[in-house]
Amino acid sequence: MRLEPINNPSFGRKLVPSALALSATIVIASLLAMIAGANPFSVLGLIIKGAFGSKFALLETLNRATPLIFTGLAVAVAFRAKFWNIGAEAQLYAGALITVLLGTGALAWPSGLILPVIALIAVFAGANLLLVPALLKTRFGVDEVVTTLLFNFIFLLFISMLLEGPLKDPMGMGWPKSARLIPEARLPRIVEGLRLHWGFALAIISALCVWVIQTRSTLGYEMRAVGLNKQAAGFAGIPVNLVLVKTALLSGGLAALGGFSEVAGLKGSLTLDLSPGFGYTGIIVAMLALLNPLGVVIAALFVAGIFVGADSMSRAAGVPTYLADIMLAVALLLMVFAIMLTRFRVVRD
Amino acid sequence: MDTVVVEALNLDAITKRFGTLTANDAVSLSLSEGEVVALLGENGAGKTTLMNILFGQYTADSGTVRVFGKTLPPGNSRAALDAGVGMVHQHFTLADNLTVLENITLGVGSLLSTSSGRSATRDRIKALSQKYHLSVSPNARVGALTVGERQRVEILKALYRDVRILILDEPTAVLTPQETDDLFATLRLAIADGLSVIFISHKLHEVMAISDRVVVLRHGKITGGVRTADTDKHALATLMMGTEATPPKVPQSTPGPALLKLDRVATPDVGNAPGLKSVSLSLHAGQIIGLAGVSGNGQAAIADVVGGLVKPAEGRIEIGGSGIDRWTPREAVKSGIARIPEDRHKTGTIADFDLTENAILERYRSAGFSKAGWLNWRSSRAFAEAIINKYDVRCPGPDTPIRLLSGGNMQKLILGRVLEAAPRVILANQPVRGLDIGAVNYVHGQLLEARARGAAILLISEDLDEVMAMSDVIHVIADGQLSPGFGRGSMTPTELGLWMAGQGFKNENAHAS
Repeated sequence: MRLEPINNPSFGRKLVPSALALSATIVIASLLAMIAGANPFSVLGLIIKGAFGSKFALLETLNRATPLIFTGLAVAVAFRAKFWNIGAEAQLYAGALITVLLGTGALAWPSGLILPVIALIAVFAGANLLLVPALLKTRFGVDEVVTTLLFNFIFLLFISMLLEGPLKDPMGMGWPKSARLIPEARLPRIVEGLRLHWGFALAIISALCVWVIQTRSTLGYEMRAVGLNKQAAGFAGIPVNLVLVKTALLSGGLAALGGFSEVAGLKGSLTLDLSPGFGYTGIIVAMLALLNPLGVVIAALFVAGIFVGADSMSRAAGVPTYLADIMLAVALLLMVFAIMLTRFRVVRD
Repeated sequence: MDTVVVEALNLDAITKRFGTLTANDAVSLSLSEGEVVALLGENGAGKTTLMNILFGQYTADSGTVRVFGKTLPPGNSRAALDAGVGMVHQHFTLADNLTVLENITLGVGSLLSTSSGRSATRDRIKALSQKYHLSVSPNARVGALTVGERQRVEILKALYRDVRILILDEPTAVLTPQETDDLFATLRLAIADGLSVIFISHKLHEVMAISDRVVVLRHGKITGGVRTADTDKHALATLMMGTEATPPKVPQSTPGPALLKLDRVATPDVGNAPGLKSVSLSLHAGQIIGLAGVSGNGQAAIADVVGGLVKPAEGRIEIGGSGIDRWTPREAVKSGIARIPEDRHKTGTIADFDLTENAILERYRSAGFSKAGWLNWRSSRAFAEAIINKYDVRCPGPDTPIRLLSGGNMQKLILGRVLEAAPRVILANQPVRGLDIGAVNYVHGQLLEARARGAAILLISEDLDEVMAMSDVIHVIADGQLSPGFGRGSMTPTELGLWMAGQGFKNENAHAS
């Protein structure tokens, strides 16, 4: 068997493999549900119902999708320029850290002023966290996969140290948890009475902005050129290293905005379990979205839906929530394979 | 005594389609033992596809391959090798970090060999290299060898494996005329011993010199098969092109003021590639200076310096009378240098970008195409459309990914991109490499028109014929040094060949045209 490249894939050729990947994911999940002793149809039904079946479920899914949109965008932006940022987790915590540092009383301004200021500084912090790996890459050729990945562990331990020490809430009964944000530093709900905060709107706006930047701006053009062919980009006069640094700043800033949104919109304080791996799941989201910023929104809703739905399904059917992790892993692997099938055709000898 | 003609290879009615394109249309070709058949054809005529089918890289839609009477199973590379078919590719397939001996035995010997086994191997390689005049030391590391030596290793590798049919794909593209003569001498020895050769080339005089028979492929079909003795270059060109190709006439020019001046420019060596050693050059308006030389003798360095990619370690460069102090490609483009890069696929274009995006690649920041960081797609697209119309770029439209275009059309887009900026200096690095004759004539015609408009052109080429036909003044570059310049027609290819091999001229710093 061999692969032959397809020059102009038809619309069906682009769509069918993805649909097959999704179907195969469902089949595999059903098999696992059967092994766990449940009826696969009811398990799948429960997942969908638990994710989108009621107003409460839907809002929960949207809330869960919010940080994934931010980290998904962060990864999509970076990967588009072939800058492999695996450190969205740390950058998200950097944004969260700034939010509690400034939002727990350090600044006592009205909401309209304090929220934009905190958001901006959070973006700045996340961007700068990625500046070090970016400069190490452009100056010394250090592999950013290694540096950004390892930075996650360093930064999480740093947060842990702060939460056990200077940032520990004196009223927290000894839990490693920061003080709560002042009310002015909380993101309000979009509609009063519905449990959905402005962070979600911010995520959608960010996705639109990234899309416009990528398709209309010279920076987006430069980022795509560098990602597709560094040598040709450099020959044409695109400052490759500068573009990589700018990409890193944008990527880090987006992830940090996710941290700001989680703390100011949902949690109200910083704990070590703020993110159950949003930074890493962002990679799955970005890959499922084929690095398209608008696709990131859809992929984040899909991934969040599986997580939220699996939680609720687990309570009802007694199948472990790990099914969600397996479904995502299978979906990602099959999607990668499906993407290959849109560009190559398998030829049997 | 009767001579029995043994049929070494028989390709019977090979057809291969890629989508709507028929790369090979019922191509039949036979080769006798000890015969040299030249396979002639433009780029895209289907030569490479045919060889890939013979080697089992592709499976033919129909047709069979027989080697010494035995049919090869389709799509099996191993079978072709085992049947005694060997190939020397245009781009060598050697491991730089291994020795000659290791490269030759790679894949045939066992991984663990005894020292006596190795010395036997070494003796055999030495015997082969003496017999066929392929002088190369078995213990040398391939990375340290010259291009000509590497080719000898490739041929040794084939002979070591007792290849009975040898396919040579454009073997002379990287050689000096002398090295080409040596290669032909070696081939004649091997042919006398019964080796059969398929010689792929588009250099007509070489085809005439080495082959017994010429087979011409055009648009995937065989359009002619003639005995070499019964034909001549013009007839072959006509067979290859359909109509007789007429290269553009090169009129006399009257050089104007100096537009590009290099004054004792030096750059450091990069790996095996020599840097420039005190190179001085003065290029005038309405003049083409040709830079001849064997690949890897400093051409890349001079292109990088003039193109704004590398800042010279020493020396000074002037464009239009003013010195350059900032070395970036953007500055080079701004100061009026048009750059046609050596590798249009890797450096000239971005394969997955469409024609519009590729057209603005060098100037997307300029006023016409963007404003305050936002691109103007409408004017960019109009620019791409203008190039497509004016330079006859054959494509479905400006939104087509450029990777779908043929090499010639890709080069036309690059030409349009740089010429539309009304450049003062044109740096043309291998502008027609790999193009078919029609596209070659088009590119040369455009360069001559630019010259007539008063542009100064630096033509870097490894194709001696091209340099000699196009240039008003020719310099030879060897080991990073520039020869004195001389006018068109005042030197023979043989004399040039000696200079290209690094003999016959001394580097005289002040001595430039």
